[in-house]
Amino acid sequence: MSFWEVFLQQLFNGLLIGAFYGLVAIGYSMVYGVIKLLNFAHGDIYMTGAFTGLIILGFISAGIANAWLAIVISLVLSMVLVGLFGVAIQRVAYRPMLKAPRLSILITALAVSMIIYNSVLLLTQGQARPFRTGLTGESFYVGALRLTETRVVLLVAALVLMFLLHMFITRTMYGKAMRAIALDRDTCQLMGINVYKIIAVTFFVGSSLAAAAGMFAGVYYGTVHFFMGFLIGLKAFTAAVIGGIGIIPGAMLGGLLLGLLESFATQIPGVGTVWKDVFSFIFLILFLIFKPTGILGRVESERM
Amino acid sequence: MNDKKNLNKITQNLDTLTARFNDFAGNKTIRIILFILAFLVLVYIPITGSRFTQEIMTNMFFYIIVCLGLNIIVGFAGLLHLGYAAFIAVGAYVTGILSAVYGVSFWVTLPLSVLAAILAGLAIGAPTLRLRGDYLAIVTLGFGEIVRITVRNIDITGGAIGLIGIERPVFFGITLNQISHFYYMFFILAILAIFVSYRLHDSRMGRAWQYIREDEDAASAMGINVVTARLYAFIIGSAFGALAGSFYAAKMTAISPESFMFLHSVMFLLAVVLGGMGKIPGVVLGAVIVTLFPELSRDIGQYRVIIFAIVLLLLMLYRPQGIWPDKKLISTKK
Amino acid sequence: MALLEIKDLTLRFGGLCAVNQLSLDIEEGSIRSLIGPNGAGKTCVFNCLTGFYKPSDGDMIFMGASMMKKKPHIITYKGMARTFQNLRLFKQMSVLENVMSGMHSRSSAGFFGAVLRTKGQKAEEKRIREVAEECLDFVGILDKKDYIAKNLPYGDQRRVEWARALATQPKLLLLDEPAAGLNKEEKAHLINLMRRIRDERKITIFLIEHDMGLVMKVSEKIFVIDYGVKIAEGTAQEVRDNPRVIEAYLGKEEKEDAV
Repeated sequence: MSFWEVFLQQLFNGLLIGAFYGLVAIGYSMVYGVIKLLNFAHGDIYMTGAFTGLIILGFISAGIANAWLAIVISLVLSMVLVGLFGVAIQRVAYRPMLKAPRLSILITALAVSMIIYNSVLLLTQGQARPFRTGLTGESFYVGALRLTETRVVLLVAALVLMFLLHMFITRTMYGKAMRAIALDRDTCQLMGINVYKIIAVTFFVGSSLAAAAGMFAGVYYGTVHFFMGFLIGLKAFTAAVIGGIGIIPGAMLGGLLLGLLESFATQIPGVGTVWKDVFSFIFLILFLIFKPTGILGRVESERM
Repeated sequence: MNDKKNLNKITQNLDTLTARFNDFAGNKTIRIILFILAFLVLVYIPITGSRFTQEIMTNMFFYIIVCLGLNIIVGFAGLLHLGYAAFIAVGAYVTGILSAVYGVSFWVTLPLSVLAAILAGLAIGAPTLRLRGDYLAIVTLGFGEIVRITVRNIDITGGAIGLIGIERPVFFGITLNQISHFYYMFFILAILAIFVSYRLHDSRMGRAWQYIREDEDAASAMGINVVTARLYAFIIGSAFGALAGSFYAAKMTAISPESFMFLHSVMFLLAVVLGGMGKIPGVVLGAVIVTLFPELSRDIGQYRVIIFAIVLLLLMLYRPQGIWPDKKLISTKK
Repeated sequence: MALLEIKDLTLRFGGLCAVNQLSLDIEEGSIRSLIGPNGAGKTCVFNCLTGFYKPSDGDMIFMGASMMKKKPHIITYKGMARTFQNLRLFKQMSVLENVMSGMHSRSSAGFFGAVLRTKGQKAEEKRIREVAEECLDFVGILDKKDYIAKNLPYGDQRRVEWARALATQPKLLLLDEPAAGLNKEEKAHLINLMRRIRDERKITIFLIEHDMGLVMKVSEKIFVIDYGVKIAEGTAQEVRDNPRVIEAYLGKEEKEDAV
C-alpha cells in the first residue's frame, strides 16, 4: 500500500477508535467533575454494556429482519439498562462515601470494579463470546480509503452521540447544574439544587455512553470478553487527562487524539500493535509531567 | 434496614473484641509471653510439618513482607497504589535475569534489584505525586500493565513462557534448596519487615506521613515538603517489594508474567485494607487472612476474588478502619 | 530594612480582585495588626504571604528575599510561620506530636536514621521533643501533652496551634484571628503571650483580628483594609478616629466582650 493509503487508513481507524475512547472518557470526566472520583468501575460498565447489548440482540434478532434495526433497538435498550445500573452502583456504593476520605472512595470504586469484572468472568467462564450482528462485512472504497458500511455507521453514530451529549451539557438545566456542582458542591446544595439527583443523572448519562461504546466495540471487533473493560479504563483515563480532566469537550478531544496517536504509532517501526499501549502510557506520563491540566484545562487555585 | 443494624452490630462487637484484646495484650508481660509462644510455634513447624504446610506458611510470610511494604505507601503515606505487583516483578526479573542469564550471584543481585525499584519509583512517582492522589492510582495501574506487557514481549525475560534456571542462593556454604530453608528465610525476612516498619512509623518520617494524612495543607504550613515525603514513602515501599520479589525468584527458580498480575496487586491492597491500613499488626493479620482463608475451603477456589471484593466493599461502607485498627481510633480516653 | 515588605500585592480570582495593590512594612521586633470588615481580604493576604495563594502581581520581601513563587513549606523554613483561622490541628494525634511537627524542617533524619537509630538520630529526636515541650510550656499546657488533640477544649486547642507555630522557630509569626472564640481570661492570656513572644523570644508578630479592644491594646501599629485595599495605617488612636475606617465599619457592631 502506498504511504497515502496507509495514512488515510490509520487516520480513519484512529478516529473510529478515538471516538470509542472519547465516549468512555466522557463518562470518566463527568463523574470526576461532580464527585472528584476516578471511577475504576467505569471500564467495567463499558464491558457490561457490550454484554448486555449482545444478550438483547440475541433475543430480538430472531424476530427482526433488518440487522441494523435490531442493533439500534438493542443499543438503546442496553444504554438505558446499563445507565440505570450505573445509577444503582452510585446509590449503593458511592453516595454513602461522599464525605469519607478520598482514599476510601477510591478503594470502594476498586471493589465495585472487581465485583463486576469477576462476576462476568465467572458467568462467561473466562471465554470470549462472539458478537453476531447479521451484518455483512462488505468493503468499498472511497478514494484510497477502504471502508465497510459498519465502520462508517459506527463512526457517525459515535460522533452523533457526542454531539447530543454536548447539547445536553450546554443547553439543558441538568448540564448547567452538573457544571455548577463541579465548581462548588456545597453552595449548590445551599442554592436548592438537588445535588444527589444530578449526580445520579451524571452517572446515568456517563454509563449509558460507555455502554454504547461497549456495544460499538462489540460490533466492530466481533467479539466481547470480560477483560475488555480493563484496558479501556486506562485508555479513557489517559484520554481524559490529555484533554483536561473534568472538562467534557476535553474528554472528546483527548479520546480522538489518543485514538489517532495509537493508530499512527502502530506504523512506527518497532512499535507495532504490541507496544502501542506502552506508547500511550509514556504519552500519559509526559502529559502529567508537562501539562497535567490537559490541553483544554486551566490551573485552578483552590480557596483555603 | 435490618442489614444495616446487623452490620453495625458486627462493627460494635469487633470494636469491643479489639478493645478487650488491646487491653489484654497491653500488659507487657503477657505480650512477651505471646510473642515467645508464637515464635516457638513458627520455628517448630518445619520440623514436623508437611511440605504442604511449609509451602503455605512460606507464602504467608511472603505476603506479610509484601503487604508491609505496600502499607508504607498506602497505610502510612495514604497513597493508593494499584500496581504493586509490578515492583515485585521488577525485583524478581532483575534477580532472575542477572542470575539465569549472566550467572551473577544472588546476593549481588539484591542491591541492583533495589536500585531498579528506586529508579522505577522515581520515574512514576516524581511526575505524579505533585498532582492529586487519584492520579497515582491510575498511573500505578498503567505501570503494572506496562511491566506485564514488556516482560511478555522481550526475549531476555523469557517472554510469555517466563524465565527459568534462576540459581539458588548460597548462604555460608549451604545451598538453599529445601522448602524448610526458604521457610526460615522468609520467616526472618518477615520479622525484619515488621521491625523496619515499626522503626519507620515511630520516626520523623513516620510522623511526617501521619501529618500529611491528617491535613496536607497544615503539614505544608509546618514546613513539611509534602511531595518529597510522599515520594520517599513510595520509593521505600517499592524497594521492599523488589526485595521480596528477588527472594521469591530465588525460591521459585522460574518466574513468569502470570505471577505479577493486576489481580495480585488488588489482593495485596485488600490485605492491607482488611486488617487496618497503617497499623502494623492489622496489616499482618490481613496478610494472614488473605493467604490462609482460601485454604480453609478448597471449593471456594474460583469465588475467592469475588468474595474478597465484596468483603472489601462492605468494609469500606461499614468499617473503613479495618478489622484491627489503631487503638487510638476506638478508645475515647485521654 | 523592614523584616517583611509587601509591595503592591495584588491577588485576582478571575474577575474579582481580592487584594488590590497592597503595600505595608513590618518592622522587626514589633506587633502589627491587620483589621478590616469581614470579607475585606485579610486571610487572603496571609495566604499569599505563606504561599497558599499565588499573587497575580506585586512582591513580598521577607528578610531581604522575595517570597513570591515559593511553596508554603519553604516559606516556613525561611522563618515565617502561621496559624489558621479555623484551627487545623492534626486531630487524631497527641498534643506533643502536633507541636513536634513544627520541628520537621529543623531536622533531617531519613530512612537509615529511622531504622538504625544512630546516635545522631537519637540526639535529634531528643531535641525535637525538648523544643516541642518547651513550646508547650511557654503557652502553658505542657501538662496536657499526651492528650489526643481533638479531645481538648477549644481554648487549649488554640494554645496547641500557637505552640506548633512557635516550634518552627520563626522570625515572623502570622496569627489569623487568634482570639476568635476565646473568653475574657483566655484573651488576657493571649495578650500576655504575644508580648512575651515579642520580648522573650524576639519574634515579630503580625496578626489579623476582629476584637478591636485586643488589637488596640497590643499593636504598635495597625493596618486597615477594605475590599482588598489599604485604607488606613497608624497607631490605635489614629486609626480609631480615621473617617474612612469608621465608614468601612459603619453598621458593624463593636465587640461587647472586648478586653
